[in-house]
Amino acid sequence: MAEWGDFEPERYELREPAPYRFEADRREFLALAGGGLLLFTTGASGQRPGGQGEADLSARLHMAADGTITVFTSKVEVGQGSRTQLTQAAAEELGISPEKIRLVMADTDLVPDDGGTAGSRTTPSTVPAVRRAAAAAKKILAATAANPKATMDQLRGAIPSDVVVKPAGDWQHLGKTLPKVDSRAIVTGAHKYPADITRPGMLYGKVLRAPVYNAKLEELDKAAASKLAGVVIVHDGEFAGCTAPTSWEAKKGIEALAAGAKYSRKPHVSSKKLFEHLKATARTGSAAGRGSGPERTKGDASAAMASAANTLKASFEVAYVQHAPMEPRAAVAEWEGDKLTVWTGTQMPHRVRQQLAEAFRVPQEKVRVMVPDTGGGFGGKHTGETAIEAARLAKAAGKPVSLRWTRAEEFAWAYFRPAGLFEIQAGFDGNGKLTAWDYTNYNAGGAGLDTPYAVANSRIRFLYTDSPLREGSYRGIAATANNFARELFMDELAEAAKMDPLRFRLLNLDNPRLRAVLESAAERFRFAERWKSRKAGTGVGIACGTEKGSYIACCAEVGIREGEIEVREVTQVFECGAIQNPRNLRAQVDGCLIQGLGAALWEEAIFEDGKLMNGRFASYRVPRMSDVPKLDTHLLDRRDLTSAGAGETPIIAIAPAVAAAVHHAGYARVRSMPVRLAGA
Amino acid sequence: MRTKITLLVNGARREVQTDPERPLLEVLREDLQLTGTKYGCGEGQCRACTVLLDGKAVTSCMTPVRTAAGKQITTIEGLAQNGKLHRVQEAFQEAEAMQCGYCVPGMVLTTAGLLKNTPRPTEAQIVAALNGNLCRCCGYPSIVAAVRLAAREQSNG
Repeated sequence: MAEWGDFEPERYELREPAPYRFEADRREFLALAGGGLLLFTTGASGQRPGGQGEADLSARLHMAADGTITVFTSKVEVGQGSRTQLTQAAAEELGISPEKIRLVMADTDLVPDDGGTAGSRTTPSTVPAVRRAAAAAKKILAATAANPKATMDQLRGAIPSDVVVKPAGDWQHLGKTLPKVDSRAIVTGAHKYPADITRPGMLYGKVLRAPVYNAKLEELDKAAASKLAGVVIVHDGEFAGCTAPTSWEAKKGIEALAAGAKYSRKPHVSSKKLFEHLKATARTGSAAGRGSGPERTKGDASAAMASAANTLKASFEVAYVQHAPMEPRAAVAEWEGDKLTVWTGTQMPHRVRQQLAEAFRVPQEKVRVMVPDTGGGFGGKHTGETAIEAARLAKAAGKPVSLRWTRAEEFAWAYFRPAGLFEIQAGFDGNGKLTAWDYTNYNAGGAGLDTPYAVANSRIRFLYTDSPLREGSYRGIAATANNFARELFMDELAEAAKMDPLRFRLLNLDNPRLRAVLESAAERFRFAERWKSRKAGTGVGIACGTEKGSYIACCAEVGIREGEIEVREVTQVFECGAIQNPRNLRAQVDGCLIQGLGAALWEEAIFEDGKLMNGRFASYRVPRMSDVPKLDTHLLDRRDLTSAGAGETPIIAIAPAVAAAVHHAGYARVRSMPVRLAGA
Repeated sequence: MRTKITLLVNGARREVQTDPERPLLEVLREDLQLTGTKYGCGEGQCRACTVLLDGKAVTSCMTPVRTAAGKQITTIEGLAQNGKLHRVQEAFQEAEAMQCGYCVPGMVLTTAGLLKNTPRPTEAQIVAALNGNLCRCCGYPSIVAAVRLAAREQSNG
């Protein structure tokens, strides 16, 4: 896919300037002028910069005198099960019990840089890296079993390139359910999340937030806040915050600061005008600059469209949504001289280390980032703003500081999943075969942009726009939006071609793995029959998609009562190659689907005049227990295929399946996410 | 502003010097280092902060500490007895009703509160009792399974 060139379709990384430009103090300024402090070295010993590199054995594995093996990785555990899965992977190749294995995750002083936890890469990249290291270590252990020192000496070498891992047919630990390794700590409350870290003498911090987007702090009257006992105020450029012995007192401090803050403001687009704005600000052609999406063409789309027997056109919209993990952003920062240690919930520990080093003008070796297993991420915790804020407060207070964002801060100031506008036109022949495909995605992102359906002539574009909200990664990010628009449009095409949605898809689909999940889901759900026998107020829909090497198909039944959509029953079939941990996989697949229901039906950032209007769980509806439909989840285990990551793709098919079912129930075609009901 | 308040936490008397209006959640976490109780929203909308107050599940973020004085407070740390897990904890472990696990203390305590008054809940009673507890990993199917398991173990034992 050379034509994608500089474009990275897998991710939608938030690349933004440093959140704060702190003033250099006099001593730092002199050092800067001397030119010494801006040099950052990459990676401590045993580490390779730049992501997915293969570390040497000792960086990956350590054996203690009692035989306990410690495995090191920069991957984080945010609920997706990587700690357990990587334990299984090491146990498999070492041929030892998982209880003998301990995992050190995401401590930048100790672990090799495996890249961040994103893009469903742990299963296809880190699991194999750990397995190769473990397989190499096993050979050494067998030869030096009686002599731990000799073992460690030999472990201090590179992993041989010819190391062989076990084929899936011989798996003893992988392929079976291993209970979550830290479940006891979770059910007893002993597990320490980033928000739970405490340090001796620790204070609690708060940061002053602007009342609206696009506001700049111009003046700050600190008089009232400075009278509060125990409150230390920090004001550095646009950054302002305070620390206190308790969060309660810090909150009082911030309220006093907020009363004395004056801002300048710039206009901000409201969500009502969002999609016009995205279209108007789309960057196309040579003026596009940064990240202008590609225009990918195959055959001659415009000629094929002009000569097509039938053509159809529609546009679709997808709203901004928030990740809203149960644990809002949190960080504890502690300085010892110029050495900084931060415990924080981030999916990108090494990048956050780099951001901290830049923000405080210290070499990366002076910064240690540790990520305790975190209370949810969903792609929403790639950035280091909380770590930087905590570190700035700790520097001023001269004590460790814990900063925990409130839910309101997490809603308003964390980044959003991008909104998107889609314009699609297609041509098809008298048999219902697609002949032309013209697809433009404004702002939603490149993942899942290409259609999995067979069409000889196409033009597919992704255009960046000026997003009014801060946006970044999300579980299944753009694949969700692209599949929503594309799958609903496939339904419209099926209707125009006078075919049922299943038959129309199968007619235009060659990919055997996607066909397999689609046919399996349709059969289990009896889609064809249920689609024909329509009942008033009830509808069924079907959708499928592939992303990051795995395949999902979904059938849904909805009922509509008093203007409310109730998803009653869902069948989903998922395939990601060889299954490594069946129970964990099922939890991911079901969790994706239920989480996806939220964005499909209710979730939407509403903003007006620079203010997020629904940044609370009371007004931003997320899935609850009562929303869970009758669920038939079927996992295809393909032991003959390489395992792909599975924490994202199962989220992409539910929204179009539900939206299609709403139309089938007698309502107008759905062209927006969240779904809005309109008369037929 | 600070006054002395005596709390009965997990069977022990604990004295704190605090603003009486401060949420119980914060006092538990910051003054008593009982960090098993989680902040999720600060306004009673997610129930991650659930504790038992005289056996009844309440949102500790909405409970001014003064109103908890003299009542029996049970947090997630106080549920296991002498290292033996409460049956609800066992059931959550057994059914693996957790992904990131951050909502689990609130889920477990809400379930313990439910089973105390309704030992054999119907599916509808389970959903009604736990519908206010959010799990953003959306692990609800296994959470329902865990509650059913705990209820079954209770009626057997």
